[in-house]
Amino acid sequence: MKDIARNPAAIATFVLFVVIALVPIVAPLIGYGFYVNVFARIMIWSIAAVGLNLIMGYGGMVSFGHAAYLGIGGYTFGILSYHGIDNGFIQWPLALAISAVVAFVFGAVSLRTRGVYFIMITLAFAQMVFFLGASLDQYGSNDGLIIYNRSTFDVGGVGPNLGDRVFFYYLLLALLLLVIFICWRIVNSRFGMVLRGTKSNETRVHAIGIPAYRYRLVAFVISGVIVGLAGILMANLEKFISPDMMNWPRSGELIFMVVLGGMGTLFGPVWGALAFLLLAEILSSFTEHWHLIFGPLLILVVLFGRGGVLGFVERLNPRHA
Amino acid sequence: MFRRSALLASVLALGVSPAWADDGKIKIGFVTTLTTGAAVIGEDMRKAVELALDHIDSKMGPLEVEVVYEDDEFNPQTGKQKTEKLVQRDDVDIVTGYIWSNVLLASANTVLDAGKILISANAGPSQLAGPGCHQNFFNVAWQNDQTPMALGQVLNERGVEDLYIIAPNYAAGKDMVSGVERTFQGNVVGKDMTTWPSQIDWAAEFTKVKAASPDAVFTFYPGGHGPAFVKQYEQAGLADTPLYSVYTLDALSLPRFQEAGMETVLGTVMTQFWAPDLDNEQNQRFVADFRAQHGAYPSFYAAQSYDAIMLIKSAVEATNGDLDPDALRAALEQADFESVRGDFAFGNNHFPIQDFHARQVVVDADGNWTTSAIGVALEDHQDVYAAECGM
Amino acid sequence: MTTAFVLEQALNGFQLGVLLFLLAAGLTLVFGIMDLVNLAHGSLYMVGAFFAATFTLALDSFFIGVLLAIPATLIVGLVVEVVALRTLYARDHLDQVLATFGLILFFNELVRVVWGPAGLSVPLPAVLNGSVQLPLGITYSTYRLLIIAVGIAVAFGLYVLVSHTRIGMLIRAGASNRTMASALGVNVGLLFTLVFGIGAVLAGLAGMLIAPISQASIGMGEQILILAFVVIVIGGIGSIRGAFIAALLTGVIDTMGRAFLDEILLLFMPVQAAETAGPALSSMLIYILMAAILFFRPQGLFPPRARSA
Repeated sequence: MKDIARNPAAIATFVLFVVIALVPIVAPLIGYGFYVNVFARIMIWSIAAVGLNLIMGYGGMVSFGHAAYLGIGGYTFGILSYHGIDNGFIQWPLALAISAVVAFVFGAVSLRTRGVYFIMITLAFAQMVFFLGASLDQYGSNDGLIIYNRSTFDVGGVGPNLGDRVFFYYLLLALLLLVIFICWRIVNSRFGMVLRGTKSNETRVHAIGIPAYRYRLVAFVISGVIVGLAGILMANLEKFISPDMMNWPRSGELIFMVVLGGMGTLFGPVWGALAFLLLAEILSSFTEHWHLIFGPLLILVVLFGRGGVLGFVERLNPRHA
Repeated sequence: MFRRSALLASVLALGVSPAWADDGKIKIGFVTTLTTGAAVIGEDMRKAVELALDHIDSKMGPLEVEVVYEDDEFNPQTGKQKTEKLVQRDDVDIVTGYIWSNVLLASANTVLDAGKILISANAGPSQLAGPGCHQNFFNVAWQNDQTPMALGQVLNERGVEDLYIIAPNYAAGKDMVSGVERTFQGNVVGKDMTTWPSQIDWAAEFTKVKAASPDAVFTFYPGGHGPAFVKQYEQAGLADTPLYSVYTLDALSLPRFQEAGMETVLGTVMTQFWAPDLDNEQNQRFVADFRAQHGAYPSFYAAQSYDAIMLIKSAVEATNGDLDPDALRAALEQADFESVRGDFAFGNNHFPIQDFHARQVVVDADGNWTTSAIGVALEDHQDVYAAECGM
Repeated sequence: MTTAFVLEQALNGFQLGVLLFLLAAGLTLVFGIMDLVNLAHGSLYMVGAFFAATFTLALDSFFIGVLLAIPATLIVGLVVEVVALRTLYARDHLDQVLATFGLILFFNELVRVVWGPAGLSVPLPAVLNGSVQLPLGITYSTYRLLIIAVGIAVAFGLYVLVSHTRIGMLIRAGASNRTMASALGVNVGLLFTLVFGIGAVLAGLAGMLIAPISQASIGMGEQILILAFVVIVIGGIGSIRGAFIAALLTGVIDTMGRAFLDEILLLFMPVQAAETAGPALSSMLIYILMAAILFFRPQGLFPPRARSA
């Protein structure tokens, strides 16, 4: 830990979190209140990216269908809210449980495959969920559904209300840190070592008598639950759910964030979400034709930006250079 | 903790509260699609807004007008973010535009929670027309079900008995189908709801239509799907079965049909609240100047956008530049403006009460393909959800 | 429901199938030989369609339009290969997916800048714009029959090229063991460019063929690209035979789902439920097919023989 002071990546990440923590206090004072929601959104995508990173960065499983869990989390919350159940103590555990069950079923089938086959089968499952959401007439079908109330956590009439913008913001920050902490514990446990082992050499892991499939499946389920949590939060923030939140481009963007930030690093996904969303925001304010710049930029990042944003900061460290 | 957050909340509220400091100016946010293939619609709307600003000399009562355009990228999440930007950062006074129901629904809360006025210039989902209506939400176009209800009426008048329906399987598609079924009195002999937006080939459906041999086919495919649909309809040998449509053939697609020489569409009947040749002064000026500037007929999207600006102007003039939402709302409800469609009034749910015309695809005097009004299908029609609205 | 009806639907399925095959063949070749996941394959399909539309409208002939569009698409394909993709061969699949996704964004916007957002409609010559009478009472669109014929001809041509020519031998050698082929003196760089060129032309050709049916429009590549990926994954990556069979299977199942699913559901469901479930299920059908096939055969129907990494 004493190395932190000399590690530019750690310093940069620390500064980033201080900035995130200060946004709701400082931004409105200087007339940039708009950025409170921008950063709230970045944190939600960060949580989802952290979830995907767990299996993609540490376990080598490139899921092209993780937006499905965003949708499952969001829809469970949204549908309960539609029927007048606003209690977060019911909404959240149920949404997370359904995410877990779905991730278990999809994962159990998908993990039989490898490589591009895995990418495609996860995509196929996500598309099924997408079309299912689009066929829910009662809940707005493709148009989506407006949600009128955010989750409440009342116990006997008192308790936090997510309708409070600032409280919600700091709840997001707390959950983001919690999720990163959980990942840190997982990655550095025996379980995490096996998971990382399956990424580099599954046969060897198997040879020493460890059932790699089960480890990968458990990781896949945890990852799905984390993204499901992001889905609940996203639906709470936007007060709106629609099948678009689980359409395949969303899954692609999630992968992008993980890679952009630096795969297989704890804080990389946060940097990736930040870079992706801010870049889109800034470029699109310059020109309608911003994809002409954004596309080649992505290619350049892939070709020359090994390790993503964190990798870049890391290279600033003379000891590693 | 809670005391502090309450304090912060009030600081926040101050930061985003509408500032009247910008004296002498009204800022209008306009959300539409300016990227992807759907940009063709957004660009037409923007042209109409610019024309409207020309016509009113960028002035509404005592105020200068500034319009800020934002691109929703055909994606509800982006649309919502852009709306947030307009409301919270650019601090616009009124937000309008919105082609797509899903973008409008995603964005509505942002505008309405901030206490501002939202005027849809196209999307008219039932979610905002019935119990979900809102005092600050207006629609200057139509409610989804109205146009197909008018079409069902036209089908009855023309003696169609067996009808085959093909439409995309998404919210607006379902609305259009249920609208027709609401007024059409004959038999629906077949109905296919296709995957949206990925399906662009209707071979299987057309084979089914041929097997069913109906009197007519009803369809709804907005945007780029429309031309593809009609083209394959012709190729499938169905040219002799009359095709009735809503929002499928418009000023954006007809020039392309003409370019490709697809004469099947000539004579095709649809319904709409407006037609480029409606006989009123406002419309004639709008259409003539639009054509002079852009060398093409305006689409109905353009007509609605033009009306949106004129509606706002009428309200700002009535309040004499007072942009307080309560004052504006009261003035907007009067709808005291010259609409390009002629008579116009708002119902209790702030959706229009208006005539719906049957329109036919014709060749104009200069040889251009366009649409022409051939009769009123529904007079002073109000949508069916208005009764469920508590306002 | 008559026999003619069922057969016509089968033809519809075949037509969709051969179109998917044209796209999938290039995709699976590039994947099998260069180990490159190319999401931008769909962009070449779109570019082909726009070229064909432009030339057809300018010269008033669909045939000449297509003849000119083929080399034009080839040039675009080769430029993309040389400028962007060549450096990606050695990278892992993830990098390839991301970089070629960037290419999609670029191409969609470029096409919009060049051709405008509205897309282009392509007129067909009168000869093709009707239908023909086939045996068993089938009436079928002339142009769609032509697509089937072209697709089968291309499939046959590819079969001959790959199994009976020297180039094909090199391609097969490259596919089964790249390092070994290169050690034996095969100019791998040139071989790769050649294969990519074939793939680009096939994708472009598919776009040109579909343009008169739908139209040339922005984003048309992504819609069908996913289907093409489904096809090569079902068929087994790298296998042309697998791609052909999987393409026909996908085309026929998708079409049959749209044609018959609602009536089948009506047998054991109330009308209301069937009307909701039918369209939803038929849009999911091919994904269900893919998941089922991968469940039993994780490497597709015709898995490529063992390759060294």
